[in-house]
Order: sequence, then C-alpha cells, then structure tokens
Amino acid sequence: MRGFILSTTILFTLIASIGIASISLVQAVEPDEVLDNPILEARAREISKEVRCLVCQNEPIDSSNAELAKELRIVVRERLVAGDSDDDVKDYLSSRYGDFVLFRPPFKASTFLLWFGPLLVLAIGIIGIIFFFRGNRTQKIAAPLSAEEQNKLQQLLQDGQEPPQKLNSDNKGEAS
Amino acid sequence: MSAKRKVIFALPLLITVVIFGYFFWALTKPGRDPKILPSVLIDKPAPEFDLKALDGLNVPGFARSDLISNGKISVVNIFASWCIPCLAEHPDMMKLGQRDDINLYGINYRDKPEDGLAWLNKNGNPYHRVGRDPKTRAGIDWGVYGVPETFIVDATGTIRYKHVGPLNTGDLEGTILPIIDSLQTQ
Repeated sequence: MRGFILSTTILFTLIASIGIASISLVQAVEPDEVLDNPILEARAREISKEVRCLVCQNEPIDSSNAELAKELRIVVRERLVAGDSDDDVKDYLSSRYGDFVLFRPPFKASTFLLWFGPLLVLAIGIIGIIFFFRGNRTQKIAAPLSAEEQNKLQQLLQDGQEPPQKLNSDNKGEAS
Repeated sequence: MSAKRKVIFALPLLITVVIFGYFFWALTKPGRDPKILPSVLIDKPAPEFDLKALDGLNVPGFARSDLISNGKISVVNIFASWCIPCLAEHPDMMKLGQRDDINLYGINYRDKPEDGLAWLNKNGNPYHRVGRDPKTRAGIDWGVYGVPETFIVDATGTIRYKHVGPLNTGDLEGTILPIIDSLQTQ
C-alpha cells in the first residue's frame, strides 16, 4: 500500500512537471515569420524571449499572439537580417519603447538601485546583525564600581550584615 | 533598555512600515495606470517617416518634413477604424481640427485603407493630413503600443508630449491646449 502511494505520487509529480515544462514550449511564432537562416532564427527566438509584449505586458513577444508582438518579432528578424548584433536590436527597441520593453533592464545609473537594491538591503542587515552582537558583548562587561559602591562592598565584606534588598536597587552590581 | 537600544529594536519595524507605506501609496495614488508607460521619446526629435495618403480622402499624406515645414505646433493622433476609444475622442479631435494655427495630423494605424477612409467619411475628418500605416512601421518608430495615442510636436520637430488612450474634454482643455499655448508663446 505504501509503495503504491509513493509510486502514484512520483507519477503525478512527473506528469505535473511535464505539463509545466510544456507551457514554456508554447510559442506564437507563425511559419511565415521564420527566417531561412537557422542561426539568425535561433538568435531571433532568443531575443524575442527577452522582449516584453507591450500590449500584454507580462508576456514576451515570442509567445504572445498580440498583433504588436507579431510586428515586433518581424522587426527583430529584419534587424538581424540587416546585420545588427543582438544588443543593437535591443537598443533599437528600447530607444522606441524604453527599458520597460526589455525583461532584463540594462545596467546604468538609473537602474543601479534596481540591480543592487537587494544587495544593499542585505548589507544593511548584516551590518545590523554585527552591531547587534557587538552591542550585546560590550553590554555584558559591567561598568567599574563607583567609589561609593566600592565603599559599600568593603563594608559588606567586613561585616556581612547588610540586608540584600538595598543591593537590588542597582542592577549593575548583580552578576548573572 | 536604554532609549538608543529601543530605537535600534524598533528600526526594522519602522523601515518595513516606510517601505510598505511607499508601496501602498504607489499602488493606490490617483491616476495610476500600469498600462501607461512613460515615453522615452519626449524631448527627442520625431522619427523619420513618410506616409502615403488614404486614397479617396481629400487631404494628403505626410512625412517628418511636414512637422517642421510651416512653423506650427503639430498634434499627431494615432487612430484606427477598429479602435472603439478613438470614437470617444473623435468629437474633441473635430474641435481641435477647426484651429488653423496648429497642424492636426492623423496616422491611420494598422488598418485597411478602405476601412480608414470609410471611418473618416462616416465620422468626419478632423485631420489636415492623414498618413496610412498599415504595417505599423511608423507606429513602432513612434513607440506606439495602444491606440489612440496623441503626440504634441513643436515647430522644430521635437516631440514634447504624449498622451496614451482616448482624450476627453478635460484632457484637452486641461493639458493639451495649455501645452500648445505655452509652446506657441515660446
């Protein structure tokens, strides 16, 4: 019985993962768009996966059926045939539609926070933790006794008669 | 616990509140529309293009050179016969088209020429020039992703303003006309 449950679980996981994997295989590229040159076509497909469809915003033009996506796929291919590099094609699109058209925003001054913001927060966190523990350690070292406390201590050591309540008023003197 | 330590302990909570407060503000501020993208073309020269006229319409097509030829401010409106919001802004376009101190140019976007022509014949043609852009090449150069879109181009051919979506009378009187006025007095 246990073996049966285990094997069905594995089977279902496999089916589910195949299903999820096949979602990414869905494509909208139509036969008439495909370039004859397989190398250029492969580059076009790679670029298209990085370019946002502006009508359907969270979909790349490679898998979008929107008309604008189709038109942009054709533009990408035309630029490649004209001899543009991959970066040239992306620059061509982002000079018209802004960096938003690229799923991976480029490194530059205005996107610095976007790229390094999480690292910055992590660094602040680490610094905070270091300070927290260092703060704890210095806190544990008791301040030296004042002259008055020293006197009291001497007195106590001498007669040992002082009631303990009076000491409680000063936490610093109490060892943990 | 000293006051300083209290502040340190409260700091993560404070930072979280500030960040979430910012998110909340950014997500709910009036007029926010994630579909509207800031145009990178503002204060850039209008792209090169040369669009043919709609056959049968009594106004010519236009090219970039027509934006700088007569010293007037140009309003370039992207429209299509299949675009329902274009109908909504059409009365305001008709009003704008009556002015002869500006150029009102239309780009017939991703449309069959006969459909564009029929639409203008039915609803009236406010435009001084209409260029057809069936394959949206000019549209892509203008960074168009939704119709209607309206650009204001100054007399030197520089794009100064872009409006995405239909103009209502408030947009026209509150934004478009004041921008035209301020560009004309410059």
